[in-house]
Amino acid sequence: MKPTDIGAPDYLHKVVDCQWACPAHTPVPEYIRLTAAGRYSDAYMINWHSNVFPGILGRVCDRPCEPACRRGRVDAEPVAICRLKRVCADLKDDIRHRLPKPPAQKNRKRIACIGAGPASLTVARDLATIGYQVSIFDSGKSPGGMMRSQIPKFRLPDSVLDEECGYIINLGVDMHYEHWVNSLRDVLAAGWDAVFVGTGAPRGRECAVPGRQEAAAHIHIGIDWLANVSFGHTTKTEKRVIVLGGGNTAMDCCRSARRMGGEDVKVVVRSGFDEMKASPWEKEDAISEGIPILNMLVPKEFKHDNGKLTGMLFEKVRAEYDAKGRRSLLPTGEPDVLMECDEVLIAIGQENSFPWIERDIGLEFDKWGLPVLNPTTLQSSLPNVFFGGDAAFGPKNIITAVAHGHEAAISIDRFCRQRDLLRRPSPLTNLVSQKMGIHEWSYDNNVSEESRRKVPTKTLDKTLLDIKLELEIGFDPFLACAEADRCLNCDIATVFTDKACIECDACVDICPTECISFTANGEEDDLRGRLKVPAKNRDQALYVSDTLKTGRVMVKDENICLHCGMCAERCPTGAWDMRKYFYKTAAAGAEAPRK
Amino acid sequence: MTYFAKPKLLRPDTPKNALGYTRRDYEGAISSLCAGCGHDSISAAVVQACFDLDVEPHRVAKLSGIGCSSKTPDYFLGNSHGFNTTHGRMPSVLTGAALANRDLIYLGVSGDGDSASIGIGQFAHAMRRGVNMTYIVENNGVYGLTKGQFSATADKGSKNKRGVVNTDSPIDLVALALQLGATYVARSFSGDKEQLIPLIKGALRHRGPAFIDVISPCVTFNNHAGSTKSYDYVREHNDAVNRLDFILPRDQIEASYAPGELRRVVQHDGSILLLRKVKTDYDPADRVGAMNHLQERHALGEIVTGLLFVDSTSESMHRHLNTVEKPLNQLGDAYLCPGNSALEALNASLR
Repeated sequence: MKPTDIGAPDYLHKVVDCQWACPAHTPVPEYIRLTAAGRYSDAYMINWHSNVFPGILGRVCDRPCEPACRRGRVDAEPVAICRLKRVCADLKDDIRHRLPKPPAQKNRKRIACIGAGPASLTVARDLATIGYQVSIFDSGKSPGGMMRSQIPKFRLPDSVLDEECGYIINLGVDMHYEHWVNSLRDVLAAGWDAVFVGTGAPRGRECAVPGRQEAAAHIHIGIDWLANVSFGHTTKTEKRVIVLGGGNTAMDCCRSARRMGGEDVKVVVRSGFDEMKASPWEKEDAISEGIPILNMLVPKEFKHDNGKLTGMLFEKVRAEYDAKGRRSLLPTGEPDVLMECDEVLIAIGQENSFPWIERDIGLEFDKWGLPVLNPTTLQSSLPNVFFGGDAAFGPKNIITAVAHGHEAAISIDRFCRQRDLLRRPSPLTNLVSQKMGIHEWSYDNNVSEESRRKVPTKTLDKTLLDIKLELEIGFDPFLACAEADRCLNCDIATVFTDKACIECDACVDICPTECISFTANGEEDDLRGRLKVPAKNRDQALYVSDTLKTGRVMVKDENICLHCGMCAERCPTGAWDMRKYFYKTAAAGAEAPRK
Repeated sequence: MTYFAKPKLLRPDTPKNALGYTRRDYEGAISSLCAGCGHDSISAAVVQACFDLDVEPHRVAKLSGIGCSSKTPDYFLGNSHGFNTTHGRMPSVLTGAALANRDLIYLGVSGDGDSASIGIGQFAHAMRRGVNMTYIVENNGVYGLTKGQFSATADKGSKNKRGVVNTDSPIDLVALALQLGATYVARSFSGDKEQLIPLIKGALRHRGPAFIDVISPCVTFNNHAGSTKSYDYVREHNDAVNRLDFILPRDQIEASYAPGELRRVVQHDGSILLLRKVKTDYDPADRVGAMNHLQERHALGEIVTGLLFVDSTSESMHRHLNTVEKPLNQLGDAYLCPGNSALEALNASLR
């Protein structure tokens, strides 16, 4: 293999698994260290710059970082990254004076954002701080989009939403509430320099089985029902409720129903438990509130008595996989299952819907009804119209919407300045040695062997009575510190200088996870098999040095490195060094590197 | 110096041996030697050898004298018996332990000062008595604990860190061991684990005195230009006579060798030493030839390494002394003190 070039921005970034997995590339280990040090405001600002909504995401993020966390590969559970984010939001001081101020001199460019969800708010923040005049149009009375309408208040209180949306609106963003945009043609005619569409995926999928029309009064689409709950239009449910669907919306529906008078609430899912789309922790939360999840049942009929819903009929199925691994659900032949109920919530998926975009204005849609976009720039076939969030590529999650918002803001800025949109500004990267003394580092390299801390919650007998009472209390500073200590500091990179190595093997001998080898070079497959412990995880890179004096190379398997720094402590010549890698994504307004 | 213990977290695919132990289970405390010390590599080689041999840690007794090298038994086999004896006296304490209990695997660890200076008499007699042990000398040619004076194994003409030239003749412990009757004699280099680990394995499974001289660079006081025990010098002058593959009786021999390049030695316990010849037509069964070869190559400035001599028919001290087979601590009062009637019978037989 060729020597690894750690100067390429992605190499060391990929070693920081959590940051790499985060769509917005939040510098996770850095804010976790700051949280442990009690510097909550500093930790908050690092989050705020990259993911815009630390308090919100610290409660409801989909956490792609946690399954990626290196700790999960050597320990039972990953670091509670998400809830540590909440800690810095909960315990910070007033940070308003640290927020950027919009420049006094505007650049006279006017941008319209349709929808006031996370994608639009991110675009607005990124552009308002560099002189754009941004206007947001939304049909609702308050900002937040689906974060406000569909996430129950016991998971995300309004106060948190108000605070973090407020930071953005106070940058001088024009908010147009209760403004239903019903024609993109009209918007375009108003002469905006660019238009950003962040309208989400607002239509819940239907469950068209017999009885749906007749019993319609007691059957609701999950996301619409959640919005009605959120805004106080719906205040109670029947006693026996069935929730159809296995995603996070279904979990929110069943847990809301449980708090609104539902005594016998159950979730019925077509697929098996493990294939459900809901995050594992959301399933756990539902189960812990006494809600059974029943799997491998396909809805067959709504049973009703002259329009009064009496129950639901399900067909039992089993999963079969063909040679390509595609699943099909086949009836088991067992008798159908009848479940009595008084109300059904359908949460089996969301779809995009753009009835307000005329199909003759030059904006192309694909066969799934999604806009045709450049995946990098998020630009549509109308050059001045950009998409982001669920409106761009279908339903994803908040953190993806934020990431889209950043990219769209960069694109809009380059578009308005007539720059090539495909030439993107580079991330800011930095690599600094953490050596403080002979064997002292400026980070805590003692690896914690503690297990994951549970977030304290209020008792169920209280929280099940009040849908607005937040269930989780959040970590206190001590729990936060103990949990933060579990972080392996993957951004403190092991950097090897081949010229200094005397091949004494000290690093090989000390490495607690045996990830360093000195061996003859070879092709990757061959080399992976010849290491001290064969490197079977091909998603993780090999760090290969140039040829050493004895003709061998140093090969480090990045997979299980604990970043404990023992290799660097045992190295007599400083060939190993622990250096902090800081990676900050480019922001709108930054220039692209010259070719 | 590392202030904390190695993290206990393991990779999920950590290899385990037949006893279900990982390599980590054969480790000891964190080394407090200088970073990059060759001795730490030897400790790691001992760990690997014991892991590969499925050694039960409680069946090993590790004994040492005084010095940097003699500290190392603290850094491997943390669950084994250990005895840090007085300076140069490891061989006699070990001999006593072996006489009392022949069931344990005896590993003596010493250095060039401990064995070639203050303890040379002890070393010589352990070899000639045929104590069943593995005797490892971690040889760096200097007194590291007292800031790098030449030791008795430093080559004449080599320079210390301040540029002073050594004027005394060196003691070659390998030559002494050969002459004194050791039945398994090897030399290796701490920076070449591929060679060292099989040599340690062979020695641990050898019956009789097995001696391994391991050149182990002192990174702090003897790893400079002009030293003959530095990483660079040893790598440039390493003159291996053979490469050893150690095969347990249960293992399949997978590698294939051209005829004539291989020598096969079966030890008393059925383990097999496969010796691949390198360069010369070297005969490891020829004690006199080995001594001659050693002298010739040393005169040319080369460091002869490999398994230099092995006698698989050797007998240990217990046979010579006709000692009791059972460990003394298991004999029991009735056996040790058979009572008046037994004494009477004995006395009567001598009348």
